[in-house]
Amino acid sequence: MTSSASQQRLRARQLRLSYGGPPVVDGLDLDVLNGTVTAVIGPNGCGKSTLLRALGRLLAPKAGSVLLDGARIDKMRTREVARVLGLLPQSPQAPEGLTVADLVARGRHPHQTWYRQWSSSDDEAISTALVQTGMGDYAERAIDQLSGGQRQRAWISMALAQGTELLLLDEPITYLDLAHQVEILDLVRRLNSERGVTIVMVLHDLNLAARYADRLVAMRDGQVLADGEPGEVLTERLLDEVFGLKAMVVPDPVAGTPMVVPISAHSANHADGEPVAEVAERSA
Amino acid sequence: MTEREKPTAVGSSEHTPTEGAIRGVSCPEGGLHGTTVGVGVGVVGVRLRWRALVVVGASAAVLVLAVAAHVGLGSYHISMLDVLRVLSGGGEESQRGAVLDVRLPRALVGALVGAALGLAGAVFQSISRNPLASPDVLGITWGAGVGAVTVIVLAGTSGQISGIAGALGLPLASLLGGIAAGLALYGFSWRRGLDGYRMVLIGIGIAAVCANLVFWLLTVGDVTVAARAMTWLTGSLAAAGWSEVPAVAIALLVLAPATLLGARVLGVLRFGDDTARGLGVRVDRARGLLVLLAVLLASVATAAAGPIAFVALAAPQIALRLCGVAGPPVVASTVLGGVLTVLADLVARIAPGGVELPVGVLTAVLGAPYLMYLLVRSRREARV
Amino acid sequence: MNIVNTPVTRADSARSRSAERAAGLGPLARRRRRRVLGLVALAAAVLLATLVSIAFGDRAIPLPAIWHAIFTPSDTESDIIIGALRMPRTLLGLGVGVALGVAGALLQGHTRNPLADPGLLGVTQGAAFAVVLSITVFGVSYVSGHVAFAFAGALIASAIVFALGSIGSGGATPVTLALAGATISWLLLGLTSAMVLLDQRGMEVYRFWRIGSLARDEYFSAATVLPFLIIGLLLALANTPGLNTLALGEDVAKGLGQRVRLTRFAGVGAVALLTGSAVAVCGPIAFIGLVVPHIARAITGADYRWLVPYAGLLGAVLLLVADVLGRVISADTFEVGIMLTVLGAPVFIYLVRSTRLVRL
Repeated sequence: MTSSASQQRLRARQLRLSYGGPPVVDGLDLDVLNGTVTAVIGPNGCGKSTLLRALGRLLAPKAGSVLLDGARIDKMRTREVARVLGLLPQSPQAPEGLTVADLVARGRHPHQTWYRQWSSSDDEAISTALVQTGMGDYAERAIDQLSGGQRQRAWISMALAQGTELLLLDEPITYLDLAHQVEILDLVRRLNSERGVTIVMVLHDLNLAARYADRLVAMRDGQVLADGEPGEVLTERLLDEVFGLKAMVVPDPVAGTPMVVPISAHSANHADGEPVAEVAERSA
Repeated sequence: MTEREKPTAVGSSEHTPTEGAIRGVSCPEGGLHGTTVGVGVGVVGVRLRWRALVVVGASAAVLVLAVAAHVGLGSYHISMLDVLRVLSGGGEESQRGAVLDVRLPRALVGALVGAALGLAGAVFQSISRNPLASPDVLGITWGAGVGAVTVIVLAGTSGQISGIAGALGLPLASLLGGIAAGLALYGFSWRRGLDGYRMVLIGIGIAAVCANLVFWLLTVGDVTVAARAMTWLTGSLAAAGWSEVPAVAIALLVLAPATLLGARVLGVLRFGDDTARGLGVRVDRARGLLVLLAVLLASVATAAAGPIAFVALAAPQIALRLCGVAGPPVVASTVLGGVLTVLADLVARIAPGGVELPVGVLTAVLGAPYLMYLLVRSRREARV
Repeated sequence: MNIVNTPVTRADSARSRSAERAAGLGPLARRRRRRVLGLVALAAAVLLATLVSIAFGDRAIPLPAIWHAIFTPSDTESDIIIGALRMPRTLLGLGVGVALGVAGALLQGHTRNPLADPGLLGVTQGAAFAVVLSITVFGVSYVSGHVAFAFAGALIASAIVFALGSIGSGGATPVTLALAGATISWLLLGLTSAMVLLDQRGMEVYRFWRIGSLARDEYFSAATVLPFLIIGLLLALANTPGLNTLALGEDVAKGLGQRVRLTRFAGVGAVALLTGSAVAVCGPIAFIGLVVPHIARAITGADYRWLVPYAGLLGAVLLLVADVLGRVISADTFEVGIMLTVLGAPVFIYLVRSTRLVRL
């Protein structure tokens, strides 16, 4: 983790990204540290999903480059990339009637050739993925009949079956309840510790991001404003700078990681007569 | 602002932001703003509503101009002034004859029939959420075709379908055929409610049966009979006169307002049954009624002028691209259906070459390139 | 290792299941075996349909005589009927049925539209237009000329549709493809109608061509499309894994290492070749390419690697059976196209009503 930048497998250099209009991301540099879980945070529209799409070569850079193992990712054969780098877009849609087992089996696509569609290693990878996500019992169920959390786990199983060392997740816990959010993030953490998978994910929940990521990348207006361990990044000043949010940052009573407590106009009415400004001042 | 982060529960997951999105025309919310569901109506919403109004207004103006041109132009040219004079009761005898007896009824039938087809197409496309779902694909016009071609073939080579058969038989047979196919569509699709997807699949089945019956009937008779049937099958306004106007007009006067009223629901239905129910729409009843109305509209139009090709598919698709909304806007589809039909018939009538082609040939030949142009220009994933 | 939020007993049972799976009895293996068995059964059905198609017609030919005609042909009457008429007609039916079934399954996948008939890409109308054009403008009056024109017309039309559907930043998407196809089809239909209405020679050929039939005066011309049909089939089968990934959305497909544009191009190319070959020799045989994929999907589920071969075999069975019935019931008064819809549509409607619909 302390290795120098040149040894990181996935890097972005002077990246400029756009959808045909003005650049969404411009001049961005990023090194994804090997073997860590990185969470990209930032307000809506700051370019974090766009960045993730570029890292996953879904979006070709207008300028600059994304490097995978030192080679430009958009010049590599997409199948080779897919053996190393997996990605899960935000709320993916499966065709109706597709079973979990079928979905997960499709994760083996980059390892198959047109003449060899099945092998025992495929079966093994699929079974392992199903077990790791706890989806073994649901293998024959149709995706559309699952709950949101199960569905998300099914998709993650697919990404696992792909057997990549790098995994990009775009808002993996959106639309899930808190219990399922925690469940998915625990799973992510386990993948990282047991399989050594390097993970980059876009998250909206700052507290969960701080607890589950080794490293936070805070973005605003297509720029990286801060990049480091949660404790360094998640400060009151940064929250103001990135989100325009007045908040207190206190230690998470469970994990000790930073926890964001927003200060809003509404909270003034409930602060036992203590003006908000004073609370903020004292905490600062 | 247009990044993929906003929770778009509606719309395709593959949708990537494009210039279109930035211009505010491809947001899935476009349809919402146009309806009674006022979720976050912002500047974009207001602009979209204006845009739809402008499209409707402009198309209506074009329709009036097209009817006027239809009446004035031709081998016997009549100036606009003379047309107005005739309409106000004056003018020369020959001009009165050409305008009042021949051209005006034909243009009016064209406008009415086109409007009915455009509206029916918009309803079917919205309910099935499928741009291909037109009365042709769903089998209604093919049902009408079975009725009509049977009459034509039975009348045989003896030439004219005479007497009652000529005046009543062909339109009646076609009307009955269309309604029968429509009722079959409705009946077979209804199963504890009307599912748009099931309706489309059933429609394919009905269309396939009817179409093949028509093709077979075409091979039964003499080639001249086949040609006459083919003309009818393409859709022609050549025989349209005052006798058709009242029937079509009355039908349209009853059916169209009812459909337009019901169509307010369409915008909501587009977001899925659950959302619609949540907004207090009785989904199945609404959908069933709308389908029946659309069946009647398409059948009446087909009975009057034959299954004029392409209008029911193209008018709603053109309308939604011009208005920049997510689903077919009903009013604009109706007016544009009329415009497409009248313009096509105008070209059919005045095109050089001595032979007058049926209007259905030209609705496709004129409408298709325009729709292609819109499709290419919009450069984005179209949706219904 | 604790399965998150799951009681230990559940985790254990999951683990024991995985052991079972490793032994080759897991759901994946079981399903694969079921699918292979189904494929074998279908192949047997095709064989049976082939035999029936050779045996029945105006008059039935007993099995020994068929054997004689195929392996030791002499000049008996039944040998001539089989060798010159029924055998070629049956082979034609096999080829066309497979082609249309496969093309339909593939196209419905690529357009994600259950309404996508193989003719949707403009293939049918392109062929019709070209046939009528060859008659009215070029004065071609022999069948092999019509076949060549039809095939060229089918390919050109589908190429135009694909080009139009692909313009723009996103490449070909399901909706743009479907709309471009429908639009070009209507355009060509309009032009074709104009030509047949202006020239009765065109009408005379067109009205019989339009209905679709396996009956031929001579079958030799049909063989010319065989190479294209085979290329189309191979391309289609090679396309299925890619189509599987595309069904999960283009982003996921790309993430799985699939080259999206290439896959779409190959898929549409296969459909054009297959449908073009079929339409060129038999005219537009409606319904089969539309219905068969739905039936195949009901049997196999959404995996295109299985769905496509199933659809091909089902197509062959359905077409042969319909053709035989047309021959036996009506002595060819009702061509195969009519028999297909009259018999197939009720079954299709029943299926649609009684099964849980699978959306694409």
